[in-house]
Amino acid sequence: MFSRAYQAAITVPPLLWVGVFLLAPYGLLFCYSFWAVSPAQTIVRDWNLNNYRELLHVPVYFEVLLRSMRIAASVSALTLLLGYPLAYYVSFHAGARKHLLYQLVIIPLWVSYLVRAYAWKTILGTEGVLNTVLQYFHIVRSPLEFLLYSPFAVVLTLTHIYTPFVFLPVYASLEHIPRPLVEASQDLGASPLETFWRVILPLSLPGAVAGATFAFVLSLGDFLAPLLLGGPSGIMISNVVVTLFGAAYNWPLGAAISLCMLMLVVTLLFLAERLEKRWSFG
Amino acid sequence: MQITAPGIAAESAHTQGAPALLSVKSVHKTFGKNAVLKGVSLDVAEGEFLTILGESGSGKTTLLRLIAGFEHPDSGEIWMGGDRLDTLPPFRRRVNTVFQQYALFPHLSVFDNVAFGLRVANVEKSEVRSRVEQALAMVKMSTFAAASPTKISGGQQQRVALARALVNRPRLLLLDEPLSALDANLRRQMQTELKSLQREIGVSFVFVTHDQHEAMAMSDRVALLRAGALEQVATPRDIYFRPATAYVAQFVGQTNLLRCEVRNGLVECGALKWPAALAPGKATLLLRPESIRLASALPARDAVRFSAVIRDQAFGGATELLQIECAGGPVLLARIPATGSLTGELEFEFLPADAVSVRDEEG
Amino acid sequence: MSRHSGSRALATYAIAVFAFLYFPIVVLIVYSFNGPGVGGFPPHDLTLRWYAMLAGDRAIWSSVANSIMVALCAVVVALGFGIPAALALDRASFPGKSLFRRLVLLPLILPGIITGLSLLMLLVALNIKLSLLTIMLGHGTALISVATTEVFAGLENAERAQEEASLDLGATYWQTFWRVTLPNLKLSIIGAALLIFTLSIDEIAVSFFLIGRDNTLPLEIWSRLRRGITPEINAISTIIFLFSLGMILLWYYLRTRGSRTVQVVFADSNLAEPLMGAVMEER
Repeated sequence: MFSRAYQAAITVPPLLWVGVFLLAPYGLLFCYSFWAVSPAQTIVRDWNLNNYRELLHVPVYFEVLLRSMRIAASVSALTLLLGYPLAYYVSFHAGARKHLLYQLVIIPLWVSYLVRAYAWKTILGTEGVLNTVLQYFHIVRSPLEFLLYSPFAVVLTLTHIYTPFVFLPVYASLEHIPRPLVEASQDLGASPLETFWRVILPLSLPGAVAGATFAFVLSLGDFLAPLLLGGPSGIMISNVVVTLFGAAYNWPLGAAISLCMLMLVVTLLFLAERLEKRWSFG
Repeated sequence: MQITAPGIAAESAHTQGAPALLSVKSVHKTFGKNAVLKGVSLDVAEGEFLTILGESGSGKTTLLRLIAGFEHPDSGEIWMGGDRLDTLPPFRRRVNTVFQQYALFPHLSVFDNVAFGLRVANVEKSEVRSRVEQALAMVKMSTFAAASPTKISGGQQQRVALARALVNRPRLLLLDEPLSALDANLRRQMQTELKSLQREIGVSFVFVTHDQHEAMAMSDRVALLRAGALEQVATPRDIYFRPATAYVAQFVGQTNLLRCEVRNGLVECGALKWPAALAPGKATLLLRPESIRLASALPARDAVRFSAVIRDQAFGGATELLQIECAGGPVLLARIPATGSLTGELEFEFLPADAVSVRDEEG
Repeated sequence: MSRHSGSRALATYAIAVFAFLYFPIVVLIVYSFNGPGVGGFPPHDLTLRWYAMLAGDRAIWSSVANSIMVALCAVVVALGFGIPAALALDRASFPGKSLFRRLVLLPLILPGIITGLSLLMLLVALNIKLSLLTIMLGHGTALISVATTEVFAGLENAERAQEEASLDLGATYWQTFWRVTLPNLKLSIIGAALLIFTLSIDEIAVSFFLIGRDNTLPLEIWSRLRRGITPEINAISTIIFLFSLGMILLWYYLRTRGSRTVQVVFADSNLAEPLMGAVMEER
């Protein structure tokens, strides 16, 4: 139905832009990861695999990556734990207030990430709200140190940030379940709990997988929360990359790590998409 | 001729004397400002095929959902077999439903769909297998046991939905316009199959539809619901030949509704006049189109004869539907055996006994 | 009945999650009026002092101006390339379409720093100096995916038949585009514009690498944070929150006007769809 000229007109400009500003930069990233940096702080285009070797052999990078994955996994699990029941409640139990509640979940998403991370920083500090409240009510005698500048703070903040992100796809998939299916299940003798387990949960899996993956991937690559709240024990892989592009000036190594992250993320997304397809019905 | 008053469960050959399986007692249901059901009372007998017939918005689906348990009556009660039903949640009622769009579980195979209710009830594995296979055989879907519900046709889905409901041996089966998504031929075929299935199993069926032909063809009794209240509950023949009100008469089959004056023992309607034993004053008479014939050479003794001009003719296979107009008289619909194209003015006749008096609120 | 207690427990849990989601924001707002500033309990000595201080803070306001400029440009760039991209994905067929589809979506889910630093590499290679313009470039590129997703969702809901009718009545492709396609996409485009604007204002990861001399608002706040917490930041945060709230109410209002089913609109949330993997099927 659409002429070739029309098709060309709508295809070429975005293709060009994406090519120049996405494909080429990723390409450069790829190239840099095989180069080296000279002692004089210049980039030497000396194709080698040293950067990757360094990643595998220097323990600190691997540790940080592992920690990042642990944090990402915790966030993924926690956001699902918080977001799924919330989505289920809004979808099936909220009645007339459904849209209002949906909006209420979305609003925090629109509030600046920096603002929310900063808010936690003020809450979790030794002088912060949480500690002063706990001391005020004599629950603890001196401020809790681990609240801030720790992986705990990072996980807490990221969970807060990404719970609405997980809510969205789970809610969408729950909404897609035709209500007659729920009635049919009850009609056939299944209690609400059994109906959830046998019908609703299986049919909402794609949304849950999408949400969990989203939370994992975004947490893995996060650099702001660890920087603000992580302290030395909460450094994540993105912080390492940022340093390598900043003070530590080792662009090739930074590129190599970034490329690894890219590969990891793409693989995870690919796997998640396959899982979602397998588990989506009708 | 007995005319059944609306709102009271009519006794038919089936149910005379036997206790009702399901008793709906004066249920009211309002949604927001809408009173969807207004004091409906209905009994369903054991082994009966009852159809709830009505236009959209008449409340028939709501009534069904009340029986299934997806809605609660604002007032009134529902009893089944001596126990109160409306206080039970749907998953504890021995009632199963065939949904309008079948509601088959897309993530389960046909077999698992049918087995669902049995598994929930923790029926033993071997028994599950045998009962499911039996149910599938009954609806002729045995070869599809491993198929996904999303890959089979609408008619096939409908059979699976039926099997899924019946395998649980409910005391009552509810069917919510299950044939409405099927095309005409398949629909007719399914009507016959459902009817014989019901006869075979002996489970009471409560069938909801807006299609009067379906209702007439399949049911032991028909309950006509109008704007939340029962207009008439009777056998299909009674509904057709002895409608309680003008609404019923017009809802089922085609009709000529004659608004007449009764004077001096004569019914007058436009140019038509014939003797009838009715109270003087206004009267509404129902005359079915098939009661009007082309005048025969030897007229019956009391046949009412008249001339009318043919205004329109619709060929319907076995019959023609004529729109005829009497000079100074009513415009009538007449259904005669197929006879080729007709024009001009012709003689017609009908028997006075076929003109039945009905109650008419506009009367 | 167990059903009742079950759903009551669920409702309680839902309230708890909501409380968790809003607790930091509430604290922030409350403490922006707190005399002694951040920390301490209970808040007392309510004052507008911090807001006054904020009002006189030149650096913050110039960064706000920068952010707004960048955001507006980002909207133009992202929509300018995102709308054709969505159309192309919907109705054109060309080699590499599958790759293109994934590439466009990538910045949405990749860590922002990767998009940022790879663009930095490009700019260095092309010897372009960093400035607000480079940030505009970065935001625009990163947010094309948002524009594409929103518009694509709008295309899915639109009626192809209307365009066919237009062509049938004698309009050319271009006329059809301006008279029929674009107006039908009006709501999606406006929704996308609002979203892109808001995301750009808050953007840090990409901006971090592409910043020149002038700061955007988040980076300005960020540099202050490194020096230590000042209650002024609570004040600006509260203002940002109110602004975001305003934007989303506007977005909600526009979305629910003139869309066929509110339910469908909300279920098709733009941010979730790419990850469902289902929305952008091959066409």
